[in-house]
Amino acid sequence: MITLSINGSEQALDVDPATPLLWVLRDYAGLTGTKFGCGMAQCGACTVLIDGAPTRSCVLPAQAATGREVTTIEGLNRGRPGLHPLQQAWIDEQVPQCGYCQSGQIMAAAALLERNPEPDDDAIDSAMSGIICRCGTYTRIRRGIKRAAQLIRTQDRDDPATGVIDAETINDETIDGETHDG
Amino acid sequence: MGKWSRRAFITAGVAAGGIVVFGVAIRRGDLSPETAALVADEGDSLFDVWLKISPDNTITAIIPHAEMGQGVHTTLAMMLADELDADWSTMRFIEAPAVGQYANYSLGRGFVLGEADIPGWLIDSVDGFFHAITRSINLQVTGGSMSVRMTGQIAMRVTGAATRAVLLEAAARRWGVDAASLVARDSRIWDASGDRSATFAELAPAAAELSLPDKPALKDTSQFRLMGTSVPRRDIPPKVDGSADFAIDIRLPGMKHAAVMAAPVFGDSVLSVDPSSVRDMPGVRKVINLGDAVAVIADGYWQARQALNRLDVRFGGSGNENREQGDIFRQFAAALDTGKPRTDHKTGDAEAVLAAADDIIDAEYRVPYLAHATMEPMNCTAWLRDGHCELWTGSQNPLEFAHAAAKALDLKTSQVTVHNQYLGGGFGRRAFADVAVQAARIASEVSYPVKLVWSREEDTRHDHYRQASISRFRSTLDTDGRPTAWHNVYVNKYDPEEAPHIPYAIDSQRIAYVESETPVPWGYWRSVDHSLHAFFTESFIDELAHAAGRDPYEYRRELLAGQPRMLAVLDLAAEKGNWGDTREANEGRGIAIHRSFGTIVAQVVDVAVVDGKARCKRVVCAVDPGFAIHPDGLAAQMESGIVYGLTAALYGEISLRRGAVAQSNFHDYPMLRMDEAPEIETHVINGGGTLGGAGEPGTPPIAPALANAIFDASGLRIRELPVSRHELGATGREQQDVA
Repeated sequence: MITLSINGSEQALDVDPATPLLWVLRDYAGLTGTKFGCGMAQCGACTVLIDGAPTRSCVLPAQAATGREVTTIEGLNRGRPGLHPLQQAWIDEQVPQCGYCQSGQIMAAAALLERNPEPDDDAIDSAMSGIICRCGTYTRIRRGIKRAAQLIRTQDRDDPATGVIDAETINDETIDGETHDG
Repeated sequence: MGKWSRRAFITAGVAAGGIVVFGVAIRRGDLSPETAALVADEGDSLFDVWLKISPDNTITAIIPHAEMGQGVHTTLAMMLADELDADWSTMRFIEAPAVGQYANYSLGRGFVLGEADIPGWLIDSVDGFFHAITRSINLQVTGGSMSVRMTGQIAMRVTGAATRAVLLEAAARRWGVDAASLVARDSRIWDASGDRSATFAELAPAAAELSLPDKPALKDTSQFRLMGTSVPRRDIPPKVDGSADFAIDIRLPGMKHAAVMAAPVFGDSVLSVDPSSVRDMPGVRKVINLGDAVAVIADGYWQARQALNRLDVRFGGSGNENREQGDIFRQFAAALDTGKPRTDHKTGDAEAVLAAADDIIDAEYRVPYLAHATMEPMNCTAWLRDGHCELWTGSQNPLEFAHAAAKALDLKTSQVTVHNQYLGGGFGRRAFADVAVQAARIASEVSYPVKLVWSREEDTRHDHYRQASISRFRSTLDTDGRPTAWHNVYVNKYDPEEAPHIPYAIDSQRIAYVESETPVPWGYWRSVDHSLHAFFTESFIDELAHAAGRDPYEYRRELLAGQPRMLAVLDLAAEKGNWGDTREANEGRGIAIHRSFGTIVAQVVDVAVVDGKARCKRVVCAVDPGFAIHPDGLAAQMESGIVYGLTAALYGEISLRRGAVAQSNFHDYPMLRMDEAPEIETHVINGGGTLGGAGEPGTPPIAPALANAIFDASGLRIRELPVSRHELGATGREQQDVA
């Protein structure tokens, strides 16, 4: 038995706490948007946010996420209606092809934009190179991130209260604790 | 389905015997009541097998292809909607069920006949003939870059136009006017004055009683409303919020999970397995010996995996356990040295020209095996109950999956239902039914549904691989530097047959191959044989240009004289790729052009050599598919094909070690990542003529364009892929210029 806070709700799940978070999310919490790709933190398809930091859920024992906030693609928009700016930008730029890696891509991009609202190409390379896309949508992902950054800036200017990306405190520990390639 | 060639296709049809002869009586447009029930509800009107009109005036295209990111559902629906003059905003689509009536007769017809025009009086016979063949070999393929140019052109557009004609006729009868005075627009028929209209739905029941014309007038490009525009893909919104269902995401009541391990050495069998070694592990339900693999069923996937890792199992028996990659290449070289080549293509007498020549230019190239590495590992969920098997999977050939599973379980194909899902990558891999057969066999041992998911290691080690090969070339130049002979012998031919052919004006050519069997299973890999032959031929022509002391772009131009479409594509790539501009000392520029699947693609690559490694900075791609039905989709496929081919060219290598695949996961079968991804720009030419494909033609030119750019940068000629095998210098161009 393990209790996890997933997308803002506490869930008690009947599973061995040593099970990787990925399989707990997919097979026990019913959240299949997070994908299995490699099982060894090489491809990033399983990327979720833990306390805001992009994390490979395929190698993280679920118990390591207790007492922390787990955010999956299903909870990216935090229950707000409509699309997250990244999702809108992904549609505008027609980013996905097969789509299988895109949950991981979007979660990594969300973490990037939280700490760096105007990422340049180097910042995008560094934040996104841990996530493999076999369909080769990299150029569109890059455009999508830049467009989303712009959407967020516009939203914040128009109505700071409804800006979808919260200006939450980002502590240094979170940034340091993040890894890009496992 | 074995080798996918025109020859095999026709053979399969002939082998079906009487079916072919009587097949001419099959009238397209007929759906059996059982099949109609799968795609239509009460009150719907079906037209041909591809279209239904519902009482609320929604129009649904029934698409016999899998969505794997190429946008095929959107693009084919768009082709039908345009000819029908349907309202796009209320247009729907569903994927066709895996039943014989949705076999790819249009694909088969186009494939067998190539680009031949079919005489009008033969159309009915031809249609019936191919219906029969495609059904008899269970072909419902998404592959060969065929969907738009075959199903789209032959099924969707014709059905849209034919249905539009009968709707016009039904309105004309209702109003007592001439059909020619009416117009179709936005899912309604209007009279000329615009005062009176009826929805397609109102007219559909009467229209469905009329015979669809066999050869309705199709729109010309100036009349297109949707075709030629980049309408947003319908599969994208569910792919940005995690709601798109891939096969791996299926959840069924009571479902358990299975992990599998096949014998690592090709051809081995299970010698012994001891279920007691894992019986006490949590969640474990059953251990199954599949003969060439073992599977564990458990309550959760992780439990199944843990148990499989612990399972006491021994494999052996093939005698392949000492096979090394070096042995394979030695075997290939011996076949080339001593085998009798079969001629692929011959004009003039290349041997005689070479025998009389003073200076021979020769080169030998090698490419390794390649795995597909789809992001979604192979998986299939199976449920066997009441003598019926249901499969949830992602398939590029669901009809073949149903057939293969039925055969494995001793059922009829009609007793297997395939629920095809979004494919997390296909690239040819998902045309093979191995995982579905495993899942069906595992499920046949229990009463509950079982989801079988391969590990990445299993996926890498039990793929159907793009072949390794060696290709040898000889040529000689005349006093103007033009080649007078092209002599090419390579190892193992699959498909398409024209892949090793060259577009260049060289009088004496002999292209031939030797066969050399290996235990490594072969599979269609994005662009199939084109993926290697474009590397071989476009590298060698580059070598000839340099041997002649000529600019590689100008040299190709000269040898393509009289081929305006090829020249236009080559020129556009060179122009947009800044061909003549200077490069930094450690940078190089390369060009390549190749026609595949009816589409011409040229690419100009800019590469930088840094610390002995090649970094592809920019790719400029010019493409002529005849006409771009969905220009942004075409550009996306070029981007995708380029990254796929670039990944393989830089890093891709599957090798045999002790009879098994040495690589296992992304750490030793690496993929191109964001920080290595080049800028890509695509420029489209609508050159006219028969439509070409999109999914594959972007891949072939990238490897040679890259290798040619590396030569320009470093003076090192890459004759063996992947590039990562080579340590690159960075000062070559100056040396080369001096030399």
